[in-house]
Amino acid sequence: MGAAVFFGCAGIAFGPALALVLLTVAAEPERVFECFFPLPGSPRAFFWLVSLLLASLIWFVSVRLSDREDARLQYGLLVFGAAVSVLLQEIFRFAYFKLLKKADEGLAMISEDGRSPISLRQMAYVSGLSFGIISGVFSVINILADSIGPGIVGIHGDSPYYFITSAFLTMALVLLHTFWGVIFFDACEKRRYWCLGLVVASHLLTSGLTFLNPRYEASLVPIFIITFITGLWAFVTAGGSFRNILKCLSCK
Amino acid sequence: MITFMNNSDSEEEPCNERTSLMSAESPPVPSYQDGLQASEAGEAQARRKRRTGSNRSPNNIADGEMSDSGVPVRESALENEEEELTLKYGAKHVIMLFVPVTLCMIVVVATIKSVRFYTEKNGQLIYTPFSEDTTSVGQRLLNSVLNTIIMISVIVVMTVFLVLLYKYRCYKFIHGWLILSSLMLLFLFTYIYLGEVLKTYNVAMDYPTLFLVIWNFGAVGMICIHWKGPLQLQQAYLIMISALMALVFIKYLPEWSAWVILGAISIYDLMAVLCPKGPLRMLVETAQERNEPIFPALIYSSAMMWTVGMAKPDTAARGPSQQMWDAAEDGRENHRSPSHADSQMSETRSPVPTRPITSLEELEEEERGVKLGLGDFIFYSVLVGKAAATASGDWNTTLACFVAILIGLCLTLLLLAVFKKALPALPISITFGLVFYFSTDNLVRPFMDTLASHQLYI
Repeated sequence: MGAAVFFGCAGIAFGPALALVLLTVAAEPERVFECFFPLPGSPRAFFWLVSLLLASLIWFVSVRLSDREDARLQYGLLVFGAAVSVLLQEIFRFAYFKLLKKADEGLAMISEDGRSPISLRQMAYVSGLSFGIISGVFSVINILADSIGPGIVGIHGDSPYYFITSAFLTMALVLLHTFWGVIFFDACEKRRYWCLGLVVASHLLTSGLTFLNPRYEASLVPIFIITFITGLWAFVTAGGSFRNILKCLSCK
Repeated sequence: MITFMNNSDSEEEPCNERTSLMSAESPPVPSYQDGLQASEAGEAQARRKRRTGSNRSPNNIADGEMSDSGVPVRESALENEEEELTLKYGAKHVIMLFVPVTLCMIVVVATIKSVRFYTEKNGQLIYTPFSEDTTSVGQRLLNSVLNTIIMISVIVVMTVFLVLLYKYRCYKFIHGWLILSSLMLLFLFTYIYLGEVLKTYNVAMDYPTLFLVIWNFGAVGMICIHWKGPLQLQQAYLIMISALMALVFIKYLPEWSAWVILGAISIYDLMAVLCPKGPLRMLVETAQERNEPIFPALIYSSAMMWTVGMAKPDTAARGPSQQMWDAAEDGRENHRSPSHADSQMSETRSPVPTRPITSLEELEEEERGVKLGLGDFIFYSVLVGKAAATASGDWNTTLACFVAILIGLCLTLLLLAVFKKALPALPISITFGLVFYFSTDNLVRPFMDTLASHQLYI
């Protein structure tokens, strides 16, 4: 326990996200898209927060109206609250997409050659990344804060691997949000609604799989498989291909 | 905008804050209070842009009109450029302000979470005499409202006093007041802060070392803030004193009073800056009428380059066009109330109070930057710090308030770019912050806690 667990779990949870940020967003500080959409993440974080707020409101109201003593009912309400939250997140992602489209059009109008200086794909990527980071942070920060202090994990019979599995789940979630952002925006752009549906379904599935915790084999492994598949899908959607990888690796 | 402006000339390029519609002859007029200040494009700006011959790549039409004599061009061509540059300009400034605001909040939150002293209740300020230890909710609410009324009246009185002093040209008095306040902050409060931090971490320190450290810190701070110093050091000092002030408020304001005061002060800020008879607005207008720079204000500026006192041979070559330069902090400030009345820091930007505008050598150069009053820093940090201190050990609330404040700041800057005049920086951010604090603390926290206890992810 203590600092080692804290730094380890923080690194696991946010390492990939940090690497992505450093390599893509911060590496090109003069890029126009940095200028135009500053505050990496702030509006998107705001949108995510609002969606969380609404979902919590719904859950809170439903809990108040229900019988507190019934544990099964409470658990059911929790599941319901989680599902509502997932749906709201996707709705707000869509709303953010609409907002970006409008801003993009505005920028294209006033720019010199009628094109917006930022591509929608970049916006999708940054938006997905920001959603992921804020979602991950909210999920795991209290856990990380507790991991510094004294204590014994799972002393009441819960799993002793709580911290590390939480960190891995957070990492998967951050990456998933990034991929979903890319796929989602592309699907909205090209009006492929089945893609949209798939994204929402996979989000619900991921969230649902976490209900199988603490049976980590049943939850972590499938989630990582989903992450990998979604990553491949996002890569293909963003225009990548095997040839691109080869070109990139041979540093042409 | 900075990139554009810098392309055409050397680094002595006088990149200035755009000021909106200020007359060409107006010299830097830093307002006394703090506030959010943006320099907007105005006539002078347009002329200046052309004068400097910046490569205005986006709009080729303007290129044809490029001349150094500042002949006004077709406004329509300018309009487009203005808009785009406003956006880019605005976006860059948003980032430039986010970093210091974030740093200040981080310092405050880190201190609150680690040093017990600032969360212990050890009495109250004399401005909030009513105690909140009563048992009944109604009584407690009444007390906090009364505390707020007293505090806000003190602030209003101080502001009006300041405006009067300025109107009747009692500059020495104001200077002395500012210096005294910054002395107190830099030495006394830092000493207390350092003492508490050392106590928390159980580090032994002898008095001679302490004296040396505090003396150096304070002396360099005074010089940086009131006279000259490297920009980043100045910014760092301003952030530190804002954080110290915010910590004092967090410690000595009782809980409910703090929230009501935050709400009331954003309303006051709104009125003082926007109403025609608001004290801060009058201050700015007086300064503009007199065409003289006011003193060092409690303002954080994101980009300043002071090359005061340097003879600039090439500026002489620019001739009369130099006069259109409305450099420096201009009237576009949001004035923050003088809660700094009792502890004011001044950030000296104008070494020479009355600078004849035609003296080219003494013109100060500034990069484009945005200015935010220190009071805004302080109240943002108070909000986040209070959230960190009282939200039952929860980090989600702190984070939510933090995001809310940044979003509010972003919106305010957006409005600034649209309206091009001084705007209060507090109302939007504080409103969002308060809304998010109460909703996150009461709604989101139980939800997230319950989810985390089952290790569910959404």
